[in-house]
Amino acid sequence: MNAQRVYAIFLRQWYLIRGNATRFVQMFIWITVDIVMWGFLSRYLGGISGSGFNFISVFLGAILLWDFLIQIMQGITMSFFEDVWSRNFLNIFASPIRISEYVAGFTLASILRGIIALAVMLVLASAMFGFSALIYGAAISLFLLVLFLSGVALGIVAVSIVLRLGPAAEWFIWPIPALLSPFVGVLYPLTVLPAWMQFIGHLLPPSYVFAGVRTIVSGGAFPGTELLLGIVLALLYIVLAYFMLMTVYKKAIRSGLIARYSAETVN
Amino acid sequence: MSVLEVKDLTKTYGTNPAVKGISFSVARNEIVGLLGPNGAGKTTTIDMILGVLEPTSGTITIEGNDVARKKSEALAVTNFAAVYAQLPGNHTVHENLNIFGLLYGVPNRERRIDEVIREFDLEPFRNTRCGVLSSGEQTRVSLAKATINSPHLLLLDEPTASLDPSTAQTIRQKIKGYAAKGIGGVLWTSHNMQEVADVCNRILFLSHGRILLEGDPRTLPHEHGKKDLEELFISIAREPLLHESL
Repeated sequence: MNAQRVYAIFLRQWYLIRGNATRFVQMFIWITVDIVMWGFLSRYLGGISGSGFNFISVFLGAILLWDFLIQIMQGITMSFFEDVWSRNFLNIFASPIRISEYVAGFTLASILRGIIALAVMLVLASAMFGFSALIYGAAISLFLLVLFLSGVALGIVAVSIVLRLGPAAEWFIWPIPALLSPFVGVLYPLTVLPAWMQFIGHLLPPSYVFAGVRTIVSGGAFPGTELLLGIVLALLYIVLAYFMLMTVYKKAIRSGLIARYSAETVN
Repeated sequence: MSVLEVKDLTKTYGTNPAVKGISFSVARNEIVGLLGPNGAGKTTTIDMILGVLEPTSGTITIEGNDVARKKSEALAVTNFAAVYAQLPGNHTVHENLNIFGLLYGVPNRERRIDEVIREFDLEPFRNTRCGVLSSGEQTRVSLAKATINSPHLLLLDEPTASLDPSTAQTIRQKIKGYAAKGIGGVLWTSHNMQEVADVCNRILFLSHGRILLEGDPRTLPHEHGKKDLEELFISIAREPLLHESL
C-alpha cells in the first residue's frame, strides 16, 4: 500500500470540505437535529417515568453512537460520490492507484468526518442535556471501534452498489442505516423483536454495542465477550464488502464501465 | 527502445469486435498518431492501454511492465489527457496538480507543479477553481496534469480539440519538444490531419478495429495516390476494404 496515494485521496476530500461551506455545514445539520430532538425526548421520558432509569445515557447516548456509524459510512460514500459527480473515474483509475489505496483514502476521510461529528455531538449533548460519555467507562473505545468498522463495511457495500448499478442507485444508499436500525436495537433490547428479526440483529455488529450501552448504564458487567464478537463480525463484513467491491470493479473493467461511467452506460 | 508494446490486442463486446488483434509499438522519442473514423477503436485501444478496460486477448507492455499483471507500475510511468476527462472543477489548478502529483508519486512535487504551471501558462489561474476556467484553459490544466510525472508514455486523445489556433500551435510545439528530448513517447489521436502531419513521426490508420495503414504522415498519402492526409483519411473511412487488401 502506497501511503502517498492514500493521502492523495484523503487530501481531495479535505480540499472539498475546506473549500466549500455547504459541504462543511451539511455534516452537522442532521446530527444536531438528532441530538436536540432525542435529548428533549429523553429528558421528557425521564421526567414522566419516575423510575430513575437514565434515559439520557441510554437513549441520547445510543443515538449519538448510531449517528457516529452513519457519519463513518457517509464519509466513505460521499468521498466516492464526489468522484461520480465530477466524472473523475477515468483520471483516478488510469493512475497508479490500487483499489485498496482508494478505499483506504476514503476510510481516512471518514475518520476525519466521524471525529468532527462525534466532537460536535458530545459538546451539544453535554451542554444541552448534561450527557457524559464517561458513564460508559473504557467500553466507549470498543463501542466506537465496532461502530467504526461497521460503518466502513457499510460504506464499501454502498460504493459497490453504486459502482455496479450506476449513479441513479445513490438513492438506495441513503436509507441503508434507517433500514438496519430496527434490527440492531438502537433504542430497545433485541428481545422485544420477533425471532426472525432477533436472528438478523445478532448478525449485525452494532447490536452488541447498544446491548452493551444498556448493560453498563444499568450497572451490569463490562460486556467484553459481546463486544469482541462485534469486532470479529465487523472485520468479517469488511473482508466480504471488499471482496464484493473487487468483484464489481473487475466486472466494470471488463465491460468498460469505469472508462465511461454514467447512468446511461450502466448495464 | 519501445516504451509501449501492444501485441495481438483484441476487445470484443459480446459478439461485437471493437479491436481486432492489433499490434504496434511506440518508441521513447516518437510521436505516433492513432487515426481513424469515429468508432474505429481508437479510444477503446487507449482505454486498454490505461488499464481501465480489460482486453479480450493480447498483451500491453509499458516499459517492460505488463498492464494486466503490473498495472500500478505500468501506469506510474504513463499519463494521459483527453477532452472527455477534465479534472474536477471544484478544485483549484494547484490542488488538482497536487493531488495527481501525489497519485503519480512525483518527486519534488511543489517544484514540479510550479514548472508545469509555468510551462502551460497557468500562473494567473493557480488558485482558480478549474470549473470556472474556459475549455481551452481546462485543456491546458489537463495537459499540465498529463506531464506532471514526466511520463515515459503520454497518451493524448484529441488534446488540441478545444484550443484556439495559436494556443494549439504552442501546445503542439511543447509536445514535440517533449518527445524530441527523449523524455517519453507519445500516442496522439486527432481528427485534425494538418496537425497530425505536423506533429507525428508515424501514423497508424485504424478502421473497424484493424490497423489498415502505417507509415510516415508526410509520405503515406503520396504512396497511396492521395493529395494529402485528409484525402487519404476520407478514402480509408469510406472504403476501408479497399485499403485492407493493400
